[in-house]
Amino acid sequence: MSQEVMIKLVDIDKSYGEVQVLKGVNLEVMRGQTISIIGPSGSGKSTLLRCINKLEAINSGYIEIEGITVASANCPDHPMASAAQVKSALGKTGMVFQSFNLFPHMTVMQNLIEAPVHVKKIPKAQAIEIAKEKLAEVGLSDKADAYPSKLSGGQKQRVAIARALAMSPDVILFDEPTSALDPELIGEVLDVIKGLAEQHMTMMVVTHEMGFAKEVSDRVIFMDNCNIVADRPPQEFFSDPDHPRIKAFLDKMLTKHG
Amino acid sequence: MAAGFWDYIVESMPSILEGLVYSVKLFFLVGIITLPLSMLVAVAAARGPKWFKGIYKVYSWLFQGSPLMLQLYLAYYGLPFFDVILPVDFVVITVFVLCFTAYQSEIFRGGIISTDIGQYEACQVLGMTKVQTMLRVVIPQTVRKVLPSTCSQAIVLFKDTSLVATIGVGDLLRSARALVIRDLRIDAFVVVLVIYLIISSILVAIFNKMEKKYSIYV
Repeated sequence: MSQEVMIKLVDIDKSYGEVQVLKGVNLEVMRGQTISIIGPSGSGKSTLLRCINKLEAINSGYIEIEGITVASANCPDHPMASAAQVKSALGKTGMVFQSFNLFPHMTVMQNLIEAPVHVKKIPKAQAIEIAKEKLAEVGLSDKADAYPSKLSGGQKQRVAIARALAMSPDVILFDEPTSALDPELIGEVLDVIKGLAEQHMTMMVVTHEMGFAKEVSDRVIFMDNCNIVADRPPQEFFSDPDHPRIKAFLDKMLTKHG
Repeated sequence: MAAGFWDYIVESMPSILEGLVYSVKLFFLVGIITLPLSMLVAVAAARGPKWFKGIYKVYSWLFQGSPLMLQLYLAYYGLPFFDVILPVDFVVITVFVLCFTAYQSEIFRGGIISTDIGQYEACQVLGMTKVQTMLRVVIPQTVRKVLPSTCSQAIVLFKDTSLVATIGVGDLLRSARALVIRDLRIDAFVVVLVIYLIISSILVAIFNKMEKKYSIYV
């Protein structure tokens, strides 16, 4: 696998008013890697993800996507790229949310072609072809004309993944993609993500699914207290948790999930 | 001997119809201007700059907090004191639009701010512009939510067209009142009652149909 840096975060600080959420976070994501981000709630996992595609503004540090500085604060040496460059770099990131955020007034097909047609300006016929392909990939070819309200949570999330894929992203950010799902529906969504990992899609997945983190990811990142505490291959991470806080967290997760 | 009810109605119909035409015209004109204007005002009030929100608050307070009839009086009888002489139809339509936009924009604003923040985030990560987000995602979802209240407003608007009678404009109710006073019989009131009820029912039917159409995805 190539060692091309896809996403780079340098000295990221983020706070909401008085509350510090990220403190001096550094991270590099290589192309083709699947990274699981785990840790106790409130440790800044989701915020880290949301800073990358600018859903949240950072207070300090800078973020690069494929070498383009998309966010920069208090870093005169690394100024933001031009608006057009930032837009194009952000266009290479897709995101999947915990609460799906499908457009309820559009059918599945309309959800999938909305951005390709109106943002990327792809001809509609071509966008439909791409959408069909992506729906097949997530196993929902028969739901193209359904409205999201008629789908199960697992199906909604698979549609949301297909919607992200339809924009041909270079990296997909998953923000707790299975946390809103009934336990029996989690598997179908994880299987889709696993399929993408096998195709070497670059992915960052904030998750509470330890099995998934262990099996699918190339790296496991453990966050606690606003920073990355561990960043290791999954086998090492789970077999030899070298940090008392990681141990405590894993014990709790494993007892909870049997 | 006075003519029978039906003969009388047929005989007085032309003047009642004349009033009805005025009321319906006013209703449509005000409606056609108010709906898009309210949506623009609502978007600006929900997502626009702070100074606009300030103006909006005062405007909303002024026009929702005072009777439409008083607003008509002030505009119609008040403006000439400042040597502003405007065609009466213009004054009527402007006052109605200002008043009903105050209500309708509040309804639309409620629909817009109740849209889940996740919808905006989904649009943002897909690269949609703010205008696209509004036009293609937020407003279409708002329409369904605001249909019931908008239906009520439409009925109120049609009934309130009768207020123009107080400044001497010949609407449906004024035509009827003229007949009642001239002939000393109330048949005309019964007829306009039926007309108001029929039109309200038509409005309700139209909105029900729209609601059905828009609830397909709920």
